[in-house]
Amino acid sequence: MSDAAPPASSGDWPLFEVFVRSKQGLDHKHVGSLHASDPAHAIALARDVYTRRQEGVSIWVVPAHAITASAVEQKADNFDPMASKIYRHPTFYDIPEEIGHM
Amino acid sequence: MNASTSESRPAATAAPTAVGTDPFLERIANDEKIEPQDDMPESYRKHLVRQISQHAHSEIVGMLPEGGWITRAPSLKRKEVLLAKVQDEGGHGLYLYAAAETLGVNRADLIDALHSGRAKYSSIFNYATDTWADIGMIGWLVDGAAIMNQVPLCRCSYGPYARAMIRICKEESFHQRQGFDIVHNLMRGTPEQKQMAQDSFDRWWWPTLMMFGPHDSDSVHTQASEWGIKRLSNDELRQRFVDVTVPQASFLGLTIPDPALRWNAERGHYDFGALDWDEFWRVVKGDGPCNEARLSARVKAFNDGAWVREAAVTHARKRSARAANQSDVRGATSSQSRAAA
Repeated sequence: MSDAAPPASSGDWPLFEVFVRSKQGLDHKHVGSLHASDPAHAIALARDVYTRRQEGVSIWVVPAHAITASAVEQKADNFDPMASKIYRHPTFYDIPEEIGHM
Repeated sequence: MNASTSESRPAATAAPTAVGTDPFLERIANDEKIEPQDDMPESYRKHLVRQISQHAHSEIVGMLPEGGWITRAPSLKRKEVLLAKVQDEGGHGLYLYAAAETLGVNRADLIDALHSGRAKYSSIFNYATDTWADIGMIGWLVDGAAIMNQVPLCRCSYGPYARAMIRICKEESFHQRQGFDIVHNLMRGTPEQKQMAQDSFDRWWWPTLMMFGPHDSDSVHTQASEWGIKRLSNDELRQRFVDVTVPQASFLGLTIPDPALRWNAERGHYDFGALDWDEFWRVVKGDGPCNEARLSARVKAFNDGAWVREAAVTHARKRSARAANQSDVRGATSSQSRAAA
C-alpha cells in the first residue's frame, strides 16, 4: 500500500518516480519524477505532466525513497564487460557451413 | 534547423589543454553522459542547478504573459490552443524542476529563490503582451528563439537535463507553429490587423535577439562549453536565429525594424544592427516593463494555492489512515476464519 513517507510539513509533497508504458507490449520506462501527496494523486499528476500527447497507455508511480540503486562505486565490478568470457556469445561457436543458419 | 553544423562542431571550445589531465573533462570530451550518482566537480553541479532552475523558472513565469489572453482569445479554437500551450509550459517547468532535484536540491528552496528575487528567469517575459498579435510573436519569435537555444541542450552532458530537453523540444515545435499561424492570419487580414502584427513585431524583434544573452566576448559562463553543457555560443545561436527568421518575416510581409539588416554573401549570413545592451541589463536587473507584475503574480498564485497543497496532504493522510483501518479489520476477520477452520 501507500509507502510514501509522510510529508515533513503540510505543504511538502513526497517525490515519486514515474514510469510509462508507451504502448501495449512494451516495457514501462522511467520518464521522470514529480511531487504528489499520495500514490493516487501521483498517478493523476503523472497523467497530466507526462502523457499529454498519447505518450502512454499505462503509468506506474513509485515513491522515490522506495528505490534501491546499485552502488556507483561498484560499477566496475558489477558491470565489467567480461571480455574474457566470449563463450557467452553465439559468435564464439563455429557451425559447419552445411548446417546453415542456426 | 541545421543540425549537421552543430554535430560537426567539437564539444569543447575552451581550454583544450585541460582535457587529458582531468578525468571528468575527459569523460565529457568523450561525449559520456553524467548521471546523478556520478562523481562531478562541485562547480559543475552548481552551474547546472543554477541553469536548470532558472530554465524551470522561465517556463513557469512564461505562463503569465500568455495566461492573461486565455479568456480574451479571439475564438474558441484559439482559446483551446492557448490553453494547451500554457499547460505545456507548466509541464516544462515541472520536467526541469525534477531534473534540478536530481542534483540534490529541494524544490521548495528553488521556488523560494525565485519568489525572493535571488534567482533569475528569462527577461523576455518581463515585456508586456498588450495585443493579440503579441501572443503570435511569443510563439513564433520567443519560442522560436527558445528552440534554437534548446535543441543543442538535448545533447548536453548531464543526462537528466538532456532527457528533459528532448521532451520539451518535441512540444515546443507546436508552440512555434501556432504562433506563426496567428501572425500569418493577422497578415492576411484587415489593414488594422496587419498594423497590429507589425507593431507587435517591432516591439518583440530586439528583445527576442537579446534572449541569446550577452556577446560571447562579454559572457561570463564560458566554462559551460568545456563541460558540454553549452554546445554553441550566444552569438552563433543569435546568428542562426536571424538567418532562419528573416525569410519567414519577409514571407509574412513584415518589415524588420533594423535598417542595418542585409544579406552578407561573403559571410553567408545576415548582418544586423547593434543590440541595446543598456536595455538588456536594465531588464535583467529588474527594471523592465513588467518585472514586478510578473513576480508578484507568481508569488500570489503560489500563496493562493497553499490551501490546495495542504488539503491534498490532509486528504492523503485520511485515505491512508482509512486503508490501514480496513486492513486491520480484514486481518482480524481472516485470523478469525483461520481459527474457525
